[in-house]
Amino acid sequence: MNIHEYQAKELLRQFGLTVQPGQLCYSPLEAEWAARSYGDSALTVVKAQVHAGGRGKAGGVKLARNPDEARLYAERMMGSVLVTKQTGSAGCKVRKVLVAKALDFSREFYLSLVVDRDTASIGVIASAEGGTEIEELAEHHPEKIFKMNIEPAAGYYPYVGRKVAAALGLAGAQAAQLEKAMAGLYQAFIKYDCSMLEINPLVLTNDGSIAVVDAKMSFDENALFRHPEIAVLRDVNEENERDLEASKYGLNYIALEGNIGCMVNGAGLAMATMDIIKQYGGDPANFLDVGGGASQTAVTNAFRIILQDASVQGIFVNIFGGLMKCDVIANGIVAASRELGVHVPLVVLLEGTNVNEGKNILQESGLNILSADSLAHGAEAIVRAVKERSAK
Amino acid sequence: MSILVGPETKLICQGITGSAGNFHSQKCMEYGTQLVGGVVPGKGGSSSLGKPVFDSVAEARAKAGANATMIFVPAPYAADAILEALDAGIELIVAITEGIPVMDMMRVRKAMQCSRSASRLIGPNCPGVITPGSCKVGIMPGHIHKPGRVGIISRSGTLTYEAVRQLSALGIGQSTCVGIGGDPIHGEGFIETLELFNNDKNTDAVIMIGEIGGADEIEAAHWVKHYMKKPVAGFIAGQSAPPGRRMGHAGAIISGGKGTAAEKYEAMKSCGIFVAQSPADMGIAVKRALGG
Repeated sequence: MNIHEYQAKELLRQFGLTVQPGQLCYSPLEAEWAARSYGDSALTVVKAQVHAGGRGKAGGVKLARNPDEARLYAERMMGSVLVTKQTGSAGCKVRKVLVAKALDFSREFYLSLVVDRDTASIGVIASAEGGTEIEELAEHHPEKIFKMNIEPAAGYYPYVGRKVAAALGLAGAQAAQLEKAMAGLYQAFIKYDCSMLEINPLVLTNDGSIAVVDAKMSFDENALFRHPEIAVLRDVNEENERDLEASKYGLNYIALEGNIGCMVNGAGLAMATMDIIKQYGGDPANFLDVGGGASQTAVTNAFRIILQDASVQGIFVNIFGGLMKCDVIANGIVAASRELGVHVPLVVLLEGTNVNEGKNILQESGLNILSADSLAHGAEAIVRAVKERSAK
Repeated sequence: MSILVGPETKLICQGITGSAGNFHSQKCMEYGTQLVGGVVPGKGGSSSLGKPVFDSVAEARAKAGANATMIFVPAPYAADAILEALDAGIELIVAITEGIPVMDMMRVRKAMQCSRSASRLIGPNCPGVITPGSCKVGIMPGHIHKPGRVGIISRSGTLTYEAVRQLSALGIGQSTCVGIGGDPIHGEGFIETLELFNNDKNTDAVIMIGEIGGADEIEAAHWVKHYMKKPVAGFIAGQSAPPGRRMGHAGAIISGGKGTAAEKYEAMKSCGIFVAQSPADMGIAVKRALGG
């Protein structure tokens, strides 16, 4: 789960970090007042609050020379659709802006913490060249990126901060400040089960302090149960409607560009199903893993999500029951089909736990189903059916 | 025996009174697995499926001789259950539970590495381990398997079943099938499991089934090249996945061009692994590996 910049900054303040002052605004007038609170001639930065990086280049971050300009920028941003490198062509709507006091700084750094799966520890990534995209830097100048790991069993010790400070070329009082910031970031990361915490940029201000100018935090969804104070920060406006609907029922759903709807259990089999559809010349409309122990309601909703997708010209259901029982799947398909009707070809490959019960339910339902007996057969059948349908 | 589980396995189920734990414990018994009891803290002294329920894993080990456990405990408590089994010195810990917080698994993995116990962890978020015709510890449908001499290692549950179905249909039986799980931080990996198959006299060949994301398959491919004495086949799911999107398994994410299917196929081919480009050809790849 991701949160907004203003929320992340608020959290980090609680961990003793120096954060660029700013105020969240829901209207242009509020933006003007917020800017004025820093002085009539103070420079402020108006920043669109959306869950996507690359805002600067897309016009979502503007430097205002006075409160009137802050209002104008807020006016332009609010309600507009911001298309950045990370949003896809649909973009995302700006509903609020952060008006932050512009800081005078001499240096910009990049600093992030991530879960490092390979070493089962916390990875630290830092660069003296902050403010740019780290992916680009990693590609063209990997030597400018500093990396180290923190052993979670030992936890944070100040040497980590000293090492990062040295890598960033900081010394003396500034190194001590960086060390303190690093300690706070690590505590926040561990306390809230973060999967990523990125400060870009972290700046060295002209008055000699280390301050957070932009922050991104994402959290492990599986750990939200123990952080209700984080779970409430979720902004549903920032999430794709169908993705959200799916996550409500514990389904893993990702909309794709194609026209063959897929309902599969297990992420690996779901990916393999997409792969084979492509190999037979088709194009999957989605990735959908109904998971292991899905209830019949969840399955019904999964099938409903596919049926409601206007781009779907055919559906391939591929279920290999283990934890999942085939009769539960069959009942879900039948329930959703009764409600919405199935107007496109439907190919079903069913195997595993309670397979006979499942097949009987489908057969007795009277639905027009093509039953497949192997993965290759199923994929070939659905691709052919969709092609024939669109040829008509 | 084959690897990890067999007739000498004495299994307990942690979470035997929950609906999934109970259902699958019964299925394991029906398959022929020696289930010697269950563990549910606070329910010790009762019974389930005609087997004793203990308060702790240590008690189940002492009184029922348990040497393997299958964990169905809900995700918030699963790390606790794994660590308890480790502390009790259970040799094989199979964690079926999905959705365990990453930081919990990070601590569990460190604890396993530091422990003096010889415990092995399989999973979490995995289907378990089965030695066809002998012993099933997990949620896989037993009837699709066929006893034989090909080992399977897979990150994905249902995709493993698909591979088993293809092998069985070709008349190729399996020695042991191991689902190592789809989570980014897990117990035994491809290499440790390949090593077990390498030393198992009842296994002639192995198929490894991977996914996009991470570098495990690439490291395993290089291990195969240097140490594996038996032919290996391979498949990678996610060739068609768009980069940067997380496909269900926390593990299955391609980031910054790292861990793509193409990269993994390249590594496998260069290390002499017989690859299946299509998921429908996993069985055929094994047949080729066996020289057929």
